[in-house]
Amino acid sequence: MNKDSIPSIAPLFRFQWEEAQQCYVVLYPEGMVKLSPSAGEIMKLVNAADSVNTIIQTLSDLFDGADVGDDVVAFFTEAESNGWIQLK
Amino acid sequence: MAGSNLNNTHNPPLWLLAELTYSCPLQCPYCSNPMDIASYKDELSTDDWLRVLREARKMGATQLGFSGGEPLVRKDLENLIKESRDLGYYTNLITSGVGMDGERIAAFKEAGLDHIQVSFQASDEELNNFIAGTDSFQHKLEMARQVKIQGYPMVLCFVLHRQNTDQIKDIIELAIALEADYLELATTQYYGWAKHNQEQLLPTKEQIIAAEKVAHEYQEKMKGKMRIFYVVPDYFEDRPKPCMNGWGNIFLTITPDGTALPCHSARIIPGLELPNVNDHSIDWIWNDSPDFKKFRGYEWMKEPCRSCDEKEKDFGGCRCQALMLTGDASNTDPVCSKSPNHGKLVEDIRRIEANAKQNIIEKPLVFRNMRASKKLITSTGS
Repeated sequence: MNKDSIPSIAPLFRFQWEEAQQCYVVLYPEGMVKLSPSAGEIMKLVNAADSVNTIIQTLSDLFDGADVGDDVVAFFTEAESNGWIQLK
Repeated sequence: MAGSNLNNTHNPPLWLLAELTYSCPLQCPYCSNPMDIASYKDELSTDDWLRVLREARKMGATQLGFSGGEPLVRKDLENLIKESRDLGYYTNLITSGVGMDGERIAAFKEAGLDHIQVSFQASDEELNNFIAGTDSFQHKLEMARQVKIQGYPMVLCFVLHRQNTDQIKDIIELAIALEADYLELATTQYYGWAKHNQEQLLPTKEQIIAAEKVAHEYQEKMKGKMRIFYVVPDYFEDRPKPCMNGWGNIFLTITPDGTALPCHSARIIPGLELPNVNDHSIDWIWNDSPDFKKFRGYEWMKEPCRSCDEKEKDFGGCRCQALMLTGDASNTDPVCSKSPNHGKLVEDIRRIEANAKQNIIEKPLVFRNMRASKKLITSTGS
């Protein structure tokens, strides 16, 4: 994955907090996936403006300099193959 | 979260199907609406629907399908979409496209509609219009293009049956020509009108094998460009479908008159109380009504389901199918080869197939419309 690429939520998919489920979800036609808390934190930063690198840096700052790079790349790889996000 | 949920182990209703009206400009003989649609003249008001939408959303419903009949018939659809989107639903419009134009699609977009699925009846004009019972093919093509122009991914649905299954290649080619993003090749499910017309709709085994092969070839070929969903009709399987993902588990249907059902076909099951949203809250209907508890979980099951190690996978199949094919909704769905009634289903299918091959038509195809519905109500005395 090119870490300079910019992830955005794919058309047809929506990411939101679900109060009743107490988790972040990805919604798409006639379906829903519940996200783990860490996946939710990553998806929250997808804004079609920040690059993968920027998101890694932001999360790292948020979690006291933790090395989150591999986790973020692994998540985006999976999210892209599921069609949730596009990388440009 | 509603207090009563805390003591229960079941899910909230995640999927709300809003059948806004039984009115429809099309007359598809495979329609899953009940055959006595002419008996239900009352429709919920806009305010009633808004209350239903708010209550279900509060309980945790996320997916909302606007269906019918033809939901476009409702003049308040734009308003319902807007309110639903504001509530946080993922909104799906399931439509024939008849009653829509570019302007209305733009209004849906503005209101926040997430997804439009346009259905076709066939890949050519003649068969499409025959099955739909109306000259709708050219308009559907135009609507499919408009959906895409207005920035929606194009989701096309073709309902397959004996009369159009052999067209599968042309159907997929049409979807490719229209630059569809998703193609749903939906097999007819035998409920309502489709059950009545089953003798003429059920494809033969040969048709299914051939169609499956073509579908799989294109799935491979179109990988990354168009997603193709194809499901073999459950009558030809030896394990039942996990119908509705279990009764009263995630799925809630509200019919045009406000009756709450665990599936769109459940009205046929005798002994249900058929709670109405005019009399009860969604919370009570989902958590406390006898109907939604009736086949929830595994306690109601008889053998062979009760001791079956696959019951958590398929929930014993479909209650309506069990009723229609065995006379008892709490029996195992006879699609399952473990069902003592499976042999009878296989025999039925063979008889229909044999008739199909010899072009024997025992009953005329009945198109879904109010006139036919009234006639059927009179003739059955129901």
